[in-house]
Amino acid sequence: MLKFEHVCKRYPDAGEALTDVSFHLQRGEMAFLTGRSGAGKSTLLKLIAMMEQCTRGTVSLDGQDISRISERKIPYMRRNLGLIFQDYKLLNDRTVFDNVALPLVVSGYNHQEVARRVRASLDKVGLLGKERKHPLALSGGEQQRVGIARAIVNKPKLILADEPTGNLDPDLSAEVMFMFEQFKQVGVTVLIASHDLELINHLGHRVLTLDKGHLIAS
Amino acid sequence: MKKNLNHRKNAGNRLVELFNAYLLNHAHGLFSSLGRLTRTPFTSAMTVLVLAIAISLASSFYIVVANIQQLTGNLESSNQMSLFLHDNVTDAAGQKLAEQLQQNPSVGAVKFITKKQALDEFKANSGFSDALNALERNPLPSVIQVLPKNALESSEDIEKLMSDFKQFPQVDFVQVDMQWVARLQTIMLIASRGVTLVSVLLGFAVTFITGNTIRLELQSRQNEVFISKLVGATHSFIQRPFLYTGFWLGFIAGFLGWLIVTVMLLILETPVEKLSTLYNSSFDLLFLSFSEFILLLMISSVLAVVGSWVVLNYQLRQLKPQ
Repeated sequence: MLKFEHVCKRYPDAGEALTDVSFHLQRGEMAFLTGRSGAGKSTLLKLIAMMEQCTRGTVSLDGQDISRISERKIPYMRRNLGLIFQDYKLLNDRTVFDNVALPLVVSGYNHQEVARRVRASLDKVGLLGKERKHPLALSGGEQQRVGIARAIVNKPKLILADEPTGNLDPDLSAEVMFMFEQFKQVGVTVLIASHDLELINHLGHRVLTLDKGHLIAS
Repeated sequence: MKKNLNHRKNAGNRLVELFNAYLLNHAHGLFSSLGRLTRTPFTSAMTVLVLAIAISLASSFYIVVANIQQLTGNLESSNQMSLFLHDNVTDAAGQKLAEQLQQNPSVGAVKFITKKQALDEFKANSGFSDALNALERNPLPSVIQVLPKNALESSEDIEKLMSDFKQFPQVDFVQVDMQWVARLQTIMLIASRGVTLVSVLLGFAVTFITGNTIRLELQSRQNEVFISKLVGATHSFIQRPFLYTGFWLGFIAGFLGWLIVTVMLLILETPVEKLSTLYNSSFDLLFLSFSEFILLLMISSVLAVVGSWVVLNYQLRQLKPQ
C-alpha cells in the first residue's frame, strides 16, 4: 500500500532530513511513526502527502510512484489520503458540516451524496447533531474529531495523522486511537506520527522509529 | 453484458453528477464571492470606487471626443473655395464672373451669393440679427463659391487654381475651406488617438488594481487555500471564487463608472443646450448608448478577471501548504 525505497530527502539549507529510509505498509496495517523532534517524522509525512518531493529513492502509494508526480496530478492523488493534524486545520468561519464536506465538494460530488456521506462520517466520530456548529464552539477533542471526520469522508486508502493526540488529554487520546483501530478494521492503512510512547506501547502496533533521519526500527 | 451496461450507466451518471456539481460550484462561487465582498464593505467600496473612477475617466474622455466628432462630423472635407469680391463689384458683374468661371474645365460647381443673400443668411444663422439691423450698410462682400471638379486633388492643383482666380480684378481674396476643416479633423484624430492611449493606460490600471486586491484577498484566506490543497482541490477549484470576486469588482465598477459619466453628462446637458441655442444650433449632447454601456461592463469585467487570473496563476504556485 505505502512503500518507501531508499528514500533520501535533503534540504538545501538544513542538510539531510531523511537518509536511506525503506519500509512497506500493507493494506489495513496500522503503524506508529516515532522519534525525537527533528528526527524526520514531519519530512516523512510531507513526502507521503506530496507537500515535498524526495531527493533520491521512490515513494509509492497503492502501486503508483508519487515521488516524481507532476504538479497537475497531485490534487487527484491527494484524494486517496486522509490527513489529520495536531492543530486540526479546520476552517473556523465555516460550520462543522462544511468543514467535513470540503473533500467531497472539491471532488465534485452532488448535494445529496455530500450530505449523506458527511452525516455518516460525523456519526462515526460521534458528532452527529453538531453539523451546524462552528469549530470554535467545540472542545479540543471535538475539533479533532471533526478533523478525523473530514479525513475519512472521502473513504481514503491511507490515513496520515501528525501528532493527532498532541493537544488532547489521555482519555480523549485513547478515544481517538480507538477510532483509528476501527478504520484499520475496515481495511484502511493508518500511519500515525506520535511521541506518546506510553500510548504507543500500550496499543502494541507496528512502530517505525526514526533517529536523525535514519529508520532504526520498523 | 448486463453488468457492462450497468457499469457504463454508472460512469455516465457519475459524469452527469460531476457536471451538475461543477455548475453548482460555479453558481456557489458567483454568489458567495458577492456575499464575501459585502462582508468587508469598506475595503470593497474603496476598491470598486478606485476602479470606477479609472473607468469613468476613460469613458468620459471617449464621450467628449464622440461629442466633438458629432459636431464636426458633418463638415465634409472639400476643396470648396470662396472667392470674396471687392465691395464695388455689382451683383450683375458678380453673376457674370460666376458664369465665366463655370467655363473653366477644372471647375465643377459654381454658386454666386449676393451681398444681400449673405446678410440674410448670416442674420438667420448667427443670432446677431438685431445688431445687424442696426448697421447702416451691409458690411458683407459678395461671394462666389467654387467647387473644383475632382474633389480632392493635389494641393499643387488647388494652389494653381487659387492663383488663377486671384488674377481677376473683381476678386479681393480667395480662401480654401479645406484647410481649416483638414486642420480640425487632424486635431480630432490626435484627440481620439490620445483618448485611446489614455484608455489603454487606465485599462492597465484596472487590471493591476484588481490583481492587487485579489492578491491581498488570497493572503487573508491563505489558510483556506492550504486546507483545500491538502484535501485534493485543484488550482482551478481554488481560484474559482477569487476569479468571481474579480469579476464582481470589475462588473460593479463598470456599472458605477457608467453612472458617474451619465451623471456628469446630465449636469452638463443644460448649459450645453443653452450654449447650443445661443448659436442657433440643435446640438444634442451624446450619452453612452445601450450597446456602449454593455461593452463598458464587458470590458471592465474582462480586465478585472484577467488581472485576477494572472495574479492567481502566479500566487497559487507559490502558496505551498506547510
